[in-house]
Amino acid sequence: MDATHETHSGAAAHGPEEIQKHVRVYIMVFIALACLTAVTVGASYVNFGAHWMNILVALVIAGIKASLVAAYFMHLISEKKVIFWVLALTAGFFLLCLFLPLLTVGEVRAAQTIHEAAAAAAPAHH
Amino acid sequence: MSDTAIPYEVQPHPVTGIPNGKFGIWLFLASEVMLFGALFSSYILLRTGSASWPHGAEELNVPLATVNTMVLITSSITMVMAWASLKMGSLPKFRLYMAATILCALGFMGIKYVEYTTKFQHGHFPSTSNFFGIYFTLTGLHGLHIVGGVIVNTYLLFATGMWKTDREHFENRVENAGLYWHFVDLVWIFLFPSLYLL
Repeated sequence: MDATHETHSGAAAHGPEEIQKHVRVYIMVFIALACLTAVTVGASYVNFGAHWMNILVALVIAGIKASLVAAYFMHLISEKKVIFWVLALTAGFFLLCLFLPLLTVGEVRAAQTIHEAAAAAAPAHH
Repeated sequence: MSDTAIPYEVQPHPVTGIPNGKFGIWLFLASEVMLFGALFSSYILLRTGSASWPHGAEELNVPLATVNTMVLITSSITMVMAWASLKMGSLPKFRLYMAATILCALGFMGIKYVEYTTKFQHGHFPSTSNFFGIYFTLTGLHGLHIVGGVIVNTYLLFATGMWKTDREHFENRVENAGLYWHFVDLVWIFLFPSLYLL
């Protein structure tokens, strides 16, 4: 059995004393998450002007909460680079997946408009 | 090294720098991001393409969902504490925190059950409207992921024999299960405002 700890990945390399420090961080993150949940709900009652502003605020808060969970609970902050690359690639494709279909919305609306115009023009020929 | 079997290694792989199991679970989580991402994309398309869409709070129970959010966040900290307890050498503490995680998960499912049955009693089904269609699909798929996590965590709660014979192997299993569990929490962190608050 390998006695050295240095060969293990970031989070697993720590002895019991270091884990204690981590525990303090976990508790702070938990409190932050609880507060941010309250902020999320509270912010939903505030009118930030346009609806898309409310969406932006909600997603930014959710993003902060997600980053806290990922960085500290999932140990990403001390994880090897390969995981960042996996996630960066995933994030890229996720954004593509999210926004690519929106490009077709214009086409659908244009097709609908043409169809409606044709239907409106047709009865006049009776 | 056998040609036919890939042995489990607690040692980090020379190429990735991390144990295979951890790399594997992260890759799986990447695929899960695409799964939920596709559904979120559908939600955005349905919502932007519809003439009218109810505000989440009009149709759904925000206080109950807020409680559920806190329940899931609590389960995340108990899950990471379960792993930390193993690292600090305490099996009883691991059992305590893992049991707490499972209880939180069951609590979440209980609240979801109440939410769903209330909706059904009011005649709101997935087929009722696009809003309810995407609501039930997103939260239903998320709920199935919770059930999967409960099964894995319950197994780990009882299969602690490995900790005595092959300590790091078991700790890695718990860590990997934790990564999955935190991901399930992450999805809810986005689901909650998207469906209930906007």
